[in-house]
Amino acid sequence: MADPCDITMPENILKGGVGTASKHDSGPKHVTGEAVYIDDIVEPYGTLHLAPGAATIAHGRITKLDLSKVRSAPGVVCVLTADDIPGINDISPAHTHDEPVLPDGIVQFYGQPVFCVAAETREQARAATRLAEIEYEELPAILSIDDALAQKSYVAEPHVMKRGDSASALASAPHRHAARMVIGGQDHFYLEGHISFAIPQEDGDVFIHCSTQHPSEVQHNIANVLGRPANAVTVEVRRMGGGFGGKETQSMQWAALASIVAVKTGRPAKMRLDRDDDMIMTGKRHDFIVDYDIGFDDAGRICGADIQYATNCGFSADLSSAIADRAMFHTDNAYYLGDVEIRSYRCKTNLVSNTAFRGFGGPQGMVAIERIMDEIALALGLDPLDVRIANYYGDAGRNITPYHMTVEDNVLPELTRDLLASTDYRARRAEIDAFNAQSPVIKRGIAITPVKFGISFTTTFLNQAGALVHVYQDGSVHLNHGGTEMGQGLFIKVAQVVAEEFQIDLDNIKITATNTGKVPNTSATAASSGADMNGMAARNAARTIKERLVAFASNHYGVDESLIRFVPGRVKVGDVADVSFAELVKMAYLGRVSLSATGYYATPKIHYDRATASGRPFYYFAYGMACSEVMVDTLTGENKVTRVDILHDVGQSLNPAIDRGQVEGGFIQGMGWLTTEELWWDDHGRIRTHAPSTYKIPACSDRPDDFRLELWSSGRNVEKTIHRSKAVGEPPLMLAISVHRAIAHAVASVAGHQFVPALNTPATPEAILRAVTRLTEQAAALADGGAHDAKAAGAEGAAGAGTKMAGVGAPQTGV
Amino acid sequence: MRSDIRFLLGNEERRIENIDPQTTVLNYLRLTEHKCGTKEGCAEGDCGACTVVLGEVDENAPGAMRYRTVNACIQFVPTLDGKQLLTVEHLKGADGSLHPVQQAMVDTHGSQCGFCTPGFVMSLYKIWLDGGEDDRDVINDALAGNLCRCTGYGPIIEAARTSGGAAIDDAVEQSRRQDVAGRLKRLMAEGSGLEIDHPGGRYFAPRNSDELAHILVTHPDAVILAGGTDVGLWVTKHLKRLDPIVYIGDVADLKFVEWRDGDLHIGAGATYSAAHEALGEVAADLGELVRRIGSRQIRNAGTVGGNIANGSPIGDTPPALIALGARLVLRMGDVRREIPLEDFFITYGQQDRAKGEFVEKIIVPKPAGSSQFRAWKISKRFDQDITAVLGAFAITLEKGAVRDIRIAFGGMAGTPMRAKKCEAALIGQPWNEATLNTARLALAEDFKPMTDMRASGEYRMLVAQNLLSKLYIETTQPDVTTRLVGKVASNG
Repeated sequence: MADPCDITMPENILKGGVGTASKHDSGPKHVTGEAVYIDDIVEPYGTLHLAPGAATIAHGRITKLDLSKVRSAPGVVCVLTADDIPGINDISPAHTHDEPVLPDGIVQFYGQPVFCVAAETREQARAATRLAEIEYEELPAILSIDDALAQKSYVAEPHVMKRGDSASALASAPHRHAARMVIGGQDHFYLEGHISFAIPQEDGDVFIHCSTQHPSEVQHNIANVLGRPANAVTVEVRRMGGGFGGKETQSMQWAALASIVAVKTGRPAKMRLDRDDDMIMTGKRHDFIVDYDIGFDDAGRICGADIQYATNCGFSADLSSAIADRAMFHTDNAYYLGDVEIRSYRCKTNLVSNTAFRGFGGPQGMVAIERIMDEIALALGLDPLDVRIANYYGDAGRNITPYHMTVEDNVLPELTRDLLASTDYRARRAEIDAFNAQSPVIKRGIAITPVKFGISFTTTFLNQAGALVHVYQDGSVHLNHGGTEMGQGLFIKVAQVVAEEFQIDLDNIKITATNTGKVPNTSATAASSGADMNGMAARNAARTIKERLVAFASNHYGVDESLIRFVPGRVKVGDVADVSFAELVKMAYLGRVSLSATGYYATPKIHYDRATASGRPFYYFAYGMACSEVMVDTLTGENKVTRVDILHDVGQSLNPAIDRGQVEGGFIQGMGWLTTEELWWDDHGRIRTHAPSTYKIPACSDRPDDFRLELWSSGRNVEKTIHRSKAVGEPPLMLAISVHRAIAHAVASVAGHQFVPALNTPATPEAILRAVTRLTEQAAALADGGAHDAKAAGAEGAAGAGTKMAGVGAPQTGV
Repeated sequence: MRSDIRFLLGNEERRIENIDPQTTVLNYLRLTEHKCGTKEGCAEGDCGACTVVLGEVDENAPGAMRYRTVNACIQFVPTLDGKQLLTVEHLKGADGSLHPVQQAMVDTHGSQCGFCTPGFVMSLYKIWLDGGEDDRDVINDALAGNLCRCTGYGPIIEAARTSGGAAIDDAVEQSRRQDVAGRLKRLMAEGSGLEIDHPGGRYFAPRNSDELAHILVTHPDAVILAGGTDVGLWVTKHLKRLDPIVYIGDVADLKFVEWRDGDLHIGAGATYSAAHEALGEVAADLGELVRRIGSRQIRNAGTVGGNIANGSPIGDTPPALIALGARLVLRMGDVRREIPLEDFFITYGQQDRAKGEFVEKIIVPKPAGSSQFRAWKISKRFDQDITAVLGAFAITLEKGAVRDIRIAFGGMAGTPMRAKKCEAALIGQPWNEATLNTARLALAEDFKPMTDMRASGEYRMLVAQNLLSKLYIETTQPDVTTRLVGKVASNG
């Protein structure tokens, strides 16, 4: 029974509880420059600065490593090579033992750190690295996916996922379409580059400030590198200046080098990479080649699919297996694929080792199937949206994924209905077609694409989290958990959960740095799981303390526990007492009640058998849809996004302001991946887009002024997640696929939508102009009467698709 | 000459001796002043995390101040001489309250990871100093040099629109600025230039061009520093020692941008920003081109003269200025010579500039009324990107024929270069599709562009040809929409 006073008294309204648009806890510190990042920590006396020395070939044996000039350079204190690693020279996150801190004899990519200099100043360290005399015996370098496939060069075994008999389904399909799609990678371009700051402790221990999404793994790997137990290493991170997956495993090397120097010299050691070194030496989003063969009926419904991925993993496995798996898991995106076989090759190349990036392979899987949807529509002369709707997961018989999980929570039909109503898509598409008919240079395009993204680490054991909550005698709360803050607003969301649980205002809760000494054995803050798991763990910790307080109050006042209620700022003990939270806490302390608790959470229901590629790897799915409109200059390939409508399902939002930030930011980041962000290596395997001057993430003007973002008001998680919210970190990135499809729509208009644009990613002006040119030529050939030839010639992606797809059934690469 | 660098850090006076002259402002702030609010994101002037505001006495308005944003990561400390340096640490009120732009950023949820935020705050602060802004295009330009990887910019744009602006006419604000101007004037009362002799290198900052000419004759191997938007990277990325540096940013009589006898004269010390408006008067497309060079921070530091003198094969101003028939005045000691701009570029990495000689000014003729000028900058991203292909065309049509045309490209060869065969294929010919097609083919005779990370040679050639087609469409079919950004000039 609600006390009317609770409602009317202003002090009884909880400030900053769950569902409020609380501001980012660090906002005021961000805007004043007072937020402390690792490079801002006041340096202890004697701090050394480290810089890496890089290889200048892609693959080869080091025949001479003369560092004498490096060692004698001004300010240099020590120089590390592989010989200086006290423990195990390996930092591979999946224990594949293929990733040395520093290479022992063999260089595996251009730019790989070969040695490391520690000097009195950072400038001295950087200058000294240029004095090394290194000679190599060059070995053949594999610099492309195709070369790796041809040589069966893999970092892990190929993997297959299948349901039904795809070969038969394809053979009997009324229509078939086969093509190849090339999907580019992406640099994370977190604004704060990699940095680790190791401070030596007694007993040869080390304390590391590390800009990482995975402090526990840094701890364990650095312990191995140092040859010490895990308890000799403590890792702390208060905040990162962006992560996006780039700091899930890639922090390890710099933490290792700084730690070795700290332990070896007894002096604090800081390693902050220059932006160019960061982009040369750390992994990126994987580039892919996808070969597909699709069978479909007259309505555009897919009845059979054969899809083969080849993934450029770089020189080591890193997380590539899980990433390539997630691409397979998202081959379907939102669609029932009929009989399907999906194969995946994890190619080993002499390039930097690719790694996690927001979406973790999901975007690459999704962007391919979305292109396929458009190609089916074009073949049948249908609106692509209708083809998508026709292929949505449905009722029994059409609700099983290629990995044999039943889709139980599909909200796309409702989302589609709502987005159609708010965008006026059909009328705009017709208007655009009319515009294009009379505009010879500038063409417009529009597309709607859905997102269905699986939530949970597909490596099941990672789905666990811990938290630590202390309540002090004055009622203030210290909150800690295993999640890390990279800007995504995790800390404020979890604090809101704790505020809600205790019914105390948010400003009573102190958010503290993630520290392996407080919460051990944590998983990476990744897979969009941060708030789901750490929120639940923190709630469980708070609930434990709350239960103790209730038991204490029940005993103290002689009131049944069921009559004790936590209301904003206060605790009502039946009608016997009404005390502030702080008063009760103080009494409980005096009554010798523990006011500190850990909390733990393991995601329920999930299981997955990788051997049979079947199970329920995801607790639930996150859904969203976007409608994008673009303009393309068909003389230059330049393009501009002019309007975006987003409807995204975050369940019941923990914090709508934070969630909106994730959706919009993710969308723009995805748009960059698919448009301006192009990674480019030269013939020597040397990346030439290694700084913002050459690698172009979206700038302010790329964000369309007409940007209509709504969190879906009907959103609610059918699973018992924290306050029925949904994960939001990664899914919105893939909403940007609508931009790529809208560009393709505009491009296709130059040839009257008769030929597939076969647009790869990123759709740079060059890629777009190439597609425009090809379509124009095909249309001209058609006009000359060679209709069949023109269609058969297809486009870049489809070129030779017939022959290529013969290889899909029996891959040239072999399994 | 004087050896101490004098400036205001916020409101605190600094007189610095014994500093390595190639110390960047960013490193000085973070390592010497221990003011760590200003961040290093790229150390090449491309991300804006290190954005600071410089205040200078406005010589044209006694007692007034001029403010501009620059990238601290590629500015050297001695260039602060005589200026006020404002960083994110200086914005809070005396009572600890957030500045309106800071409050707006908090209120709109404009920061996520927060690392780019101090730079954005300083760019927003500059908007605020100018009285605030609501126009999206102006905001885009002001923020083009600040990259954010988290927010997607929406909330930051909202902050720009809602933070309001300084009441410039406000008496308190006026007197505050006058006070700063007065302090700077007193600080620099002697009027002498700066001369630093440090073990790390020497640095000269003469105050007039005669002094400059003399120093360069004495030190013919000196690195001439203007905005530092290129030279800064020699230090931060190539780890070069520059000795001596001769800074021309304090040379008062090289900063002119003025019309003389119908020609625009631009002193070598004039920044892009200073010359922007006048260049837009020369031709609308030239103004639009300058708008898209670098970012506001870069244009506030970089100079048109430096853009020419550094001999970039791309431009961006040289191809456009070549098409317009610009001339260059070079000076060594007291000897001056004037050459057509196109002759300055000999081959990749080599220009027609002797040791001890310097670019003094650029003379840009205003195109005749019958002439039309078009320039297009093609890059992967519209704002703050280095050009893949830049095409510039000055065409005079008469009775449906091409009476005269000058065409120059950047990004198509080792230097900015005229397309002479293409011009020859056009001059005197009827301006029709047949001529266009002939001229397109002629372009392929003029250039053999290279492939690199910005574009393939194939694309460069095709785009160059297509720009010719675009010129044809714009000059013959005014009703056709041809541009995604910028406006088509009605003429000129």
